Amino acid sequence: MLGLGLFSALLMFVDHATGWLDESRSTITTAISPVVVIADLPNRSARGITELLSSRESLRRKISSLENELILLRVKTEQMAALTGENNRLRDLLGSAAKLQDNVLVAELIGVNPNPQKQEVIVDKGRRHGVFVGQPVLDALGLLGQVVGVSQFNSRVLLISDQAHSVPVQVLRSNLRLIAQGTGIDQQLELLHVNSTADIEVGDQLLSSGLGNRFPVGYPVGIVDQITYEPGKPFAVVKAIPSARLDRSRHVLLVFSESRASPIVDDVDPETANLSSRSGTGDGSSG
Amino acid sequence: MEAVAENKLGAVVMIWVTFIIGMVLAVVPLPDFIPGELGYLRPDWVAMVLVYWIIALPHRVGILSAWVAGIVVDVLLGSLLGQHALAYVVIAYVAMNLYQRMRMFSVWQQALIVFAMLGLNQLINSWIDNIAGVSDWSLWYLLPALSGAFLWPWAFLILRGLRRRMGIS
Repeated sequence: MLGLGLFSALLMFVDHATGWLDESRSTITTAISPVVVIADLPNRSARGITELLSSRESLRRKISSLENELILLRVKTEQMAALTGENNRLRDLLGSAAKLQDNVLVAELIGVNPNPQKQEVIVDKGRRHGVFVGQPVLDALGLLGQVVGVSQFNSRVLLISDQAHSVPVQVLRSNLRLIAQGTGIDQQLELLHVNSTADIEVGDQLLSSGLGNRFPVGYPVGIVDQITYEPGKPFAVVKAIPSARLDRSRHVLLVFSESRASPIVDDVDPETANLSSRSGTGDGSSG
Repeated sequence: MEAVAENKLGAVVMIWVTFIIGMVLAVVPLPDFIPGELGYLRPDWVAMVLVYWIIALPHRVGILSAWVAGIVVDVLLGSLLGQHALAYVVIAYVAMNLYQRMRMFSVWQQALIVFAMLGLNQLINSWIDNIAGVSDWSLWYLLPALSGAFLWPWAFLILRGLRRRMGIS
């Protein structure tokens, strides 16, 4: 008993201080992935039953509204393509590198961390699909988090609202650079070290600033919700609401930025797998 | 099925099947309509299964099984490798020392002792979480022990029924 106890303590220390155990952890995760799949069955079958029971009429309505949305998104995409081209020409004139489109891979949520103090989810794409540790994760509305562990078939995503997570952000209106830290509460971020005199207002949009080379530039992170100035304190307390639906998104996007490897795609044409066109098809594959 | 469980291998397989069911219950996501705060009430099913098997078959399930189950749970929950393993080894040790007494108790008396064991389990886990800086201590950590102790009689009866029907020994 003492031996195993000491061995566990040693393992924990090694795991906390180094990355030597990541390989064995991912092997065990792969071996026990059936447990995660079984645990997801009730939810999955509940969704299936809801789909079975929904009437023809409502399905038809859903399809037509989705088709309308698709057309709108297509138009926007075409505009985007023109804008991107123009942007790159302008960057060319300025002598800076052209900005490439980020490739994304659509993944589905298959589990959440049962500990309510940890904001973590499990998604159904893993190393086999090219997912890597540190990869940024988005949903349709904004930045969701980053990958902290991968196994063969699934990976673990730390949400931006976790206490242990921070994102470098930028205020869209004033270009003020800040750090947004999770609070452990679902729909809340806290901005660190905001000067009392800083140019920030309630309702300001926060974008990822791309500093630190972890997250891509320019994705929405949150909206400033509340600013409290405390007399005598050098920093204001600023809270923000995340843009991504952290507790509701079923489909998430794993981003492959320009500098990183591209996704290993087995069923998707890589030409079409850029962000603007894939985000539309993501919802369609839910059935 | 009885013939399957007659031999040692069958018994070991059935025991691990119950452990895996406990693990599934430990990670099954709550449906959307249930508020996330109820997650604080989720008992540590694997620890309860472990305590049952140690009371019932101490020659089959012991400290080593506890450690292996703990490592698997660590991987499932993404906690530090060895965290649940250590906690399970400790409660397995306590249960190994108490199993003869616990067999004499009624289920509700057992539930009281199970509460102490599960509380110890939660305490060890939260200590490690604290040291590693993962989360802050709060009394909420003891809620799973409370709900686990409350559900113990049913868990006990189900597992005993299974053991008798399958003839696991």
